[in-house]
This record gives sequence, C-alpha cells and structure tokens, in this order.
Amino acid sequence: MSWQLLSIQIFNGLVNGAFFALLSLGLAVIFGMLRIVNFAHGALYMLGAFAAYALGQKLHLGFWPALLIAPILIGLLGMLLERTLIRRLSALEPSYNLLLTFGLTLLIQDGVRLVYGISGAPYAGPSQLEGATNLGFVVFPTYRLFVISISLLICLVTWFVIERTRVGAVIRASTENPVVTRTFGIDVSRLVTLVFGFGAALAALGGVLAAPIYSVDPLMGSELIITTFAVVVIGGLGSIMGSVITGFAVGVMAAVGAALYPPIANTLIFIFMALVLVLRPRGLFGMVEGSR
Amino acid sequence: MKSRWAGRAALLLLFCVLPWIIYPPIALDILAFGLFATAFDIVFGYLGLTSFGHAAFWGTSAYVCANMLQRGHSALTAILCGMVAALLLSLPIGFLSIRSVGIYFSMITLAFGQMIDFIAKQAEDYTGGDNGLPGLPQPPLFGVDMSNTRHGYYVLLVIALLGFVVAVRAIHSPFGRVMVAIRDNETRAQSVGYDPLRFKLVAFVISAGLSGLAGAIFCVGHGVVSLDVVNWTTSGLVVMMTLLGGSGTLLGPAVGAAIVLLLRDLLATHAGAVGVVTGLVFVLTVLFFRKGVVGTILDRWERRHAAQG
Repeated sequence: MSWQLLSIQIFNGLVNGAFFALLSLGLAVIFGMLRIVNFAHGALYMLGAFAAYALGQKLHLGFWPALLIAPILIGLLGMLLERTLIRRLSALEPSYNLLLTFGLTLLIQDGVRLVYGISGAPYAGPSQLEGATNLGFVVFPTYRLFVISISLLICLVTWFVIERTRVGAVIRASTENPVVTRTFGIDVSRLVTLVFGFGAALAALGGVLAAPIYSVDPLMGSELIITTFAVVVIGGLGSIMGSVITGFAVGVMAAVGAALYPPIANTLIFIFMALVLVLRPRGLFGMVEGSR
Repeated sequence: MKSRWAGRAALLLLFCVLPWIIYPPIALDILAFGLFATAFDIVFGYLGLTSFGHAAFWGTSAYVCANMLQRGHSALTAILCGMVAALLLSLPIGFLSIRSVGIYFSMITLAFGQMIDFIAKQAEDYTGGDNGLPGLPQPPLFGVDMSNTRHGYYVLLVIALLGFVVAVRAIHSPFGRVMVAIRDNETRAQSVGYDPLRFKLVAFVISAGLSGLAGAIFCVGHGVVSLDVVNWTTSGLVVMMTLLGGSGTLLGPAVGAAIVLLLRDLLATHAGAVGVVTGLVFVLTVLFFRKGVVGTILDRWERRHAAQG
C-alpha cells in the first residue's frame, strides 16, 4: 500500500472515528450520570439528521442554522424522554432501561420510516466547505476535514467542562454520591435530565454532521450504534477521554485494515473487540465498575 | 402442581389445533419462535443475562440448514447440521461474553450478533445476500410431505416439543437450580463450590443450541431464509416475546411469541405500522407489564391461593 493511499485511509478512518467518538462520548456522559446504556442513541443521531433535512425542506434553513437548531430540538426531546419514561425505571436494574430504549429505537426508527419512506434523501453540505484541501502530503475533501476538527473540538470541550470546571465537579459529585450532593443544595434530578439532554444533543449533532456525507435515511443510526457499542466495549465504559480516544483509534484501525484486506472491513472492529475481551475484559480504559 | 400440568396440556392442545384456526405459515412461525423464545429465556430468565445477539444462533442455523437442503441432504441431516453450527458458534461467543454481566453482556452479545449479520451480508454465495434463499428443496421428513405446510407443521411440532422438553429438563434439574442460585447471588453460589463461569457457559450453549434448532425448524418449514434471520431486530423481537409472555415461567415465552406474531400478522396489511406497534408494545411492556402475561396470571393465582389457604 502506497503512502498516499495509507494517508487517505487514515483520514477516512478519522472521519468514521469522529462519529464513533461523538456517539460514544454521549453514551459515556449519560452512563456516568444515569448508569444506563442508551440504546436509542442511534435513533437520536438519525433524528438529528432528519431534523436538519426537515428544517431545510420546510423552513429553507441551510446547514449552519441546522447544525445549531437540530441538536437543541433533539436535546429537548431527550430531556422529555428522560423525564417521562427513563426516570420511571431508574430504581430497577439498568438492563430494563436498555430494553426500554431498545423499544424506543424501533418506535422512532419505524415512525420516521412511516412518514418519510425507506429510501434515503441527499442533504447538501455547506457551500463554504465544498471541494478539497491540499494538506501537502494528501488532498482530502474540505468538509470531511471540518467534521474531524469539529468532533475533536467538541470532545475536548466536553472533557474540559466535565473534568476541569465547577459545573463538571457538580456533575461528577452527583455521579459519585447523589445523596450527599443533594444535601449541598444541588438539584440532582434536574441535572440528570440536563445531562441526558446534552448526550442526546451530541448524538443529534453527529447526525447533522453525517447528513452531507451519508444520505439521510431512517436506518442510518441502527448499524452505527451497534458498532459504537463494540467501540464502547473496546474502550471500556466510564472514561470520557477513553471513549474519545478509542472512537478515533478504532475508526482509523478499521479503515486501514479494510484497505489491507477488504473482505474483513466490517468485521474487523468485532474481531478487535473479541481480542480486547480476552486480554482486558474491562476494556482499554474501563473502570472496575464498568463491567457491572 | 396440578394446575401447572393443566396449563401445559391446554397449551399443547392449542399447538395441535393451531394450523386449523390460523393461517398455517403463521402457526409455523409461532412454533419456531415459541421454541426460540423458550431457549432464549434459559439465559434471560434463569441466568439473568440479557442477550441481544441470539439471532446469531437462530440465523446461522437457518442458513446452514438451507445450504444442506440445497446440496440435496435430507431434512433431518439439515436440521441437525444447523443445530450443531449454532452450538459451535456459541462456544467462542459464550466464552467471550459470559464473563461480563448486566448491560456489558448485552452490548457484547449485540456486537457479536452484528458481526454475524455483516458476515451473512458478505457471504452471498451461501446466504444469497439481500435476495435471501427462496424456494429451498423441501424433502419429506419421516415420510411426511413438507411442502404442505399443515402436514409439515405436525412433524416439526414433535421436533420442537423435544427441544422444549430439553429446555424444561435443563431448568428443572439440579443444574437449573444452580443457574438460579448464580443469578440471585453469584458470590454465594461460588462460595458453596460451584464454578459460575462453567455453569453460565453450559447454559449459554444449551440456549444457543435450542435457538439453532428453532431456526432450523423455521427454515425447513418455510423453505425460505432471508437476511432477517440474523438482523438485530430479530434478537430484539425474541427479547420482547419473552418479556411480554412472562420471563422465567417456562410457558410464558411461547405465549409471548404467539401474541407478538398474531399482532404482527393482524397489522401486516398496514405496511410500516408493524414496527411502530411492535416498538410501542415493547415500551409499554417494559414500563408497566414486566411480569408478562403468564407471570401475572401465576401471581394472581398464587395470591388467591394464599388468601384461601
């Protein structure tokens, strides 16, 4: 494989990794706070893309406004879901919420399919980012470079907010010990809703970013979320930085592996997951609690 | 105890007349998925592990069975080969996943299920890709013409009952007791001297093998296999059937399979609504009806007896 081809594959991998990272970051943030795994994360990602598409069709809003509005809308929807449904099961075993969000996924996915049909719709990216950029050693589509950078930026900001600011300290305190945090006058219950909404917004943001690259279709979230679960198993639940690093790393590894031996493309991530499970059952960055 | 046998007899009678009261292919679906859900519940209800990848065993067996039929083997050989394939597949998947519990186990099984789905999509020579494998040969089984769905149903009913008996024997045995002990308190079971990992693996393999048997019954009965059999939605469907019917109640999963399939059949004319209604029923079951149909009936019955006694 030539150096040229390898670097293109690495960049393609970074694009895939950008979506893995955004989704597994959202999963990690929600898991940290609520101790549940949100199966509907892929459906929220798809809804983000569809919200952008609908905003364009109905209100003639372009990519940039959609990039802001769609995540807010889906974030609000996420908060509604948390308040009305997910909260009801919070006292039970976390598996029940996985089942609930699985049912929600079917409901949302087929609901969208009922309204929009099965076939995908193209979505135009921003005109400012059309064409390709010459990075010196490789020429790569500008929009995809933008996707990589914005995903990286959002991941870093999220990490910074949660690990290094006062708001983050409160969130971490609520995670560690909700009862004690409540005695300090903090409304943990509202915080849980906000964090879930934020995670949902991250998924929707991923969906809007993905819309111009892949077309918008009702099933776009389901395969991605399952692959993201494999990424989460590889990285281990619980660490925010870990989920971001694993997301990008797995994306690159899968793309390079696929170029070396194409038939293995889709299964490589799962083979890697099997290897990690043998060598490090808790995942690369997992905490002890992660396996529970 | 007497009422439990009455329940079983009633259900058996129902299964015997099923192809005469509903469209025979739906009866066959209920039979195959009923066994599938029963097998699934060994891991879900009695081991307390939510597998989201059981379509891998059901689907792999269906495809292996279909390929054997295409190569001119007898239906019995095809069914056995399908089941063995599911058993063999469950060894590595079980070995890698049973060391985890809770949502981790779910994510790992789901991921392995998706891996099988990708492989099935890629191996078009054996799976027919998106076209599936329609019009498979349907050689007679024990001298019965299998191309007649109603006749074939009764032969397959006998085979499914054998599978069901194996599941009941596994659950109602010292082995089954240990499974429940591990589910309720793994550390305690271990300290009494049982190796949880070994028991979990054996239970997982039994469950997968019976899921494979169910998949082979589905394949032989319908003479068609499509990519649906390995799809993640199939894995989810069996979870839902089991939960709706009543997990951990032996008969519940089969009852749940019947309810879900009849509901889907009822909606089949409204294309698109099937998924929405399935999802809605799933959500409502998880929120308000976690004991399921049979679980709720048993509860009521026990409470009444307690009041009387």
